[in-house]
Amino acid sequence: MCVNGIQIALERQISLQDFLLKEGYNTSRVAVEKNGGIISKKSFETEMLNDNDKLEIVNFVGGG
Amino acid sequence: MTDYDSITARNVPEATTVLKSAKVAIAGLGGLGSNIAVMLARIGVGKLFLVDFDKVEPSNLNRQHYNTKHLGMYKTEALKNQIGLINPFIETEILTIKVEEENAAEIFADYRIVCEAFDNPQYKSILVNALLQNGNTKIVAASGMAGFDSANRIKTECRFENLYVCGDYVPAAEGGIGLMAPRVAICAGHQANMVVRLIMNIKKV
Repeated sequence: MCVNGIQIALERQISLQDFLLKEGYNTSRVAVEKNGGIISKKSFETEMLNDNDKLEIVNFVGGG
Repeated sequence: MTDYDSITARNVPEATTVLKSAKVAIAGLGGLGSNIAVMLARIGVGKLFLVDFDKVEPSNLNRQHYNTKHLGMYKTEALKNQIGLINPFIETEILTIKVEEENAAEIFADYRIVCEAFDNPQYKSILVNALLQNGNTKIVAASGMAGFDSANRIKTECRFENLYVCGDYVPAAEGGIGLMAPRVAICAGHQANMVVRLIMNIKKV
């Protein structure tokens, strides 16, 4: 799977929600595109990731 | 007195007519939003829509475009007043409201270019996710501009087709790093310049 331009091996099928938590993201502070389409937060738990997927994860940090 | 053409006389000439007929929304009028709004007003962006719920307080003055006369005023009103003094020939619409998941899409429905300029990362995410559902709004957001690390670490990136993000992705409060005028204004400058490029129909960063 390609995440933010970096190839990551996906050992097993995993939900987007579990993947984000495993990678240390706070899911209330991100925006995620899978294969070029925005994934709504409501779908994070049901959205399953496959090894040929391309993910772009934008992480928002505080400050402004 | 003066006029629109005199104020914008030193602009890039071919840009001015395009900027004059453009409209841009700014969500959040803190260190980012207040500076973005002033920059876009100076170059004559025809209409600005300014949204914030908060009032000006002393701790804002180390980086936000307000002064001691504005303390206690709503940021929307304080900024509209300043823009009226800088470039009175553009239209400024204000809305004093807290942007939430439920109202975000509706508030910004008439705008094809929206600056995300909040401080709180959850609200940044809420706004961006709400506006990306509508496939034809370009969002220019910010993530990370704290401290006084090198100015050159702050970048503009096109992360999704409709989402540009400016910043260095290093958190402010949680990392124990404060927010200060120079880097916040640099990030605001990145956002304002990307807005100009989008108005000029240039999608490349």
